[in-house]
Amino acid sequence: METVIKVEHVGKEFDPGKKNALEVLSDVSFEVKENEFICIVGPSGCGKSTLLRILSGLESATEGQVLYRGEPLREPRREIGVVFQNYSLMPWLTVRENISLGLKFQRVNRQEIRKIVQEYLEMIGMESFAEAYPHELSGGMRQRVAIARSLASDPDVVLMDEPFGALDAYTRILLQKELLRIWNLRRKTILFVTHGVDESVTLADRILLMSRRNHNIVHTYDVDMERPRDRTDPRYGRLTQTLLEALEQEQVQEQRLR
Amino acid sequence: MKLKKFFEFAFSLIMPAAFLCLWSFIAWKMNKPAQLPAPGVIVDNFANAFDNFIGLGSIPRNVAYSLTRVAIGYSIGVALALPLGLIMGYYKSARLFLENLLSIFKPIPAIAWQPIVLGWFGVLSIARVFNLPYGETYAIWDNYKISMIFLIAFGTFYPVWGNVVFGVTSVQKTLIESARVLGASTWDIFFHVLLPGCTPHIVNGLRMGLTSSWVCLVSAEMLPGSMCGIGYLITHAYEVSRMDLVITGMICIGFIGALLDGIFRLISTRCFTWASHIQ
Repeated sequence: METVIKVEHVGKEFDPGKKNALEVLSDVSFEVKENEFICIVGPSGCGKSTLLRILSGLESATEGQVLYRGEPLREPRREIGVVFQNYSLMPWLTVRENISLGLKFQRVNRQEIRKIVQEYLEMIGMESFAEAYPHELSGGMRQRVAIARSLASDPDVVLMDEPFGALDAYTRILLQKELLRIWNLRRKTILFVTHGVDESVTLADRILLMSRRNHNIVHTYDVDMERPRDRTDPRYGRLTQTLLEALEQEQVQEQRLR
Repeated sequence: MKLKKFFEFAFSLIMPAAFLCLWSFIAWKMNKPAQLPAPGVIVDNFANAFDNFIGLGSIPRNVAYSLTRVAIGYSIGVALALPLGLIMGYYKSARLFLENLLSIFKPIPAIAWQPIVLGWFGVLSIARVFNLPYGETYAIWDNYKISMIFLIAFGTFYPVWGNVVFGVTSVQKTLIESARVLGASTWDIFFHVLLPGCTPHIVNGLRMGLTSSWVCLVSAEMLPGSMCGIGYLITHAYEVSRMDLVITGMICIGFIGALLDGIFRLISTRCFTWASHIQ
């Protein structure tokens, strides 16, 4: 399978050279293959969101580089979509207008936009909310629209920054199922940042565990379970346990360092 | 439910009614119409609004002149403040470049500009600037002095400018970033994110600017060379000891100002419901 994204020795420091310089990523390297679903898991402050921002082109790395299909990535590009955690829909646009935003920026003609938007409205089951404004929707609905908006521009890779982080537990599980269903319809390469161990085991083909201690990926786990995954499956429980233990281990070592 | 609404309405009228009663009572006790005329006299003025008052013409005529002056000055003020506010909100360098200069002039009230504006423009009017031929049109346009328009435009500028700059800078970063990752150009971000994102602030600025320009009108119309308008009516009525006309003029200013403000508030609540739902 072809490599879509290649992260090469990426490091990131905020305010480098200054007194309050802060290192958030150090020598991060990994590869993402076509159609892979990757979850990046780690405690808050481990730099996972920053890593995703670098992959989206919104932030630049201070060291190393990111290659998208062999080309160095320097700024946001159409082929890489992003779903943010919250409040990323334009509050003055309706659901339909929000979903069509990316297509509008790419100067797709009106008829085509209408067709594509309708398709995605149906896919997320929100045809009856097409003319509603974001403030009239629940958090779960808003994130559905955000996902549809990102997919409507037909990106190659979708980056998701804790997209379900602000939702209640039940809605989160519902949306995880939704996401997998949509992913089955439109195979994309997905990088999904989360701090939820359970979420990552439900979703990912591969889980990258990040550490706050050395600002890097410390473990990689392949998830060899067919979907839909069963939470009562012993393999599910085992992997969850392994991940939790690894996270705990990180915490213990971090405290020892202090 | 209807009864409750009625009582609420009646309740809100108690204070104004009490004020009118007190006014009537004091006016009756004092019995000095040159200092405090009874409310009835003012009602009478409004009832005969189309009469020629102290040689200045009818009340609607004076209101019309005042409104036109505000319309001209306000338009100029907005035409300067809006683009400048957008540019300064968008480009940090423009903000650094111009903010200090503009902030120095900000606290100076319009009335403090009066002498210097008079020194510069005197009684120069639009009719003179455009070199209109003598006649009826000249007589009408001669009532719009450059000095007045300057003061009104000045009064409009700051509230509009300030709100627009604040509006543009307060558009959420996530919205701009979502547009960028969807492939928006700089131009797209400006027209599809920043501009719609700050329209509630723009409308708010336009509203505050209008109130401010209306306030500046009175000081503008007190300038020498003024021959009509509600502000001039007030000053001239004072000079001829017509306190009832002074109060009539004041009520006009208050009423029209509140009306304009109300229209703007209606627009902003109708069109920008989304703005009150942003966390």
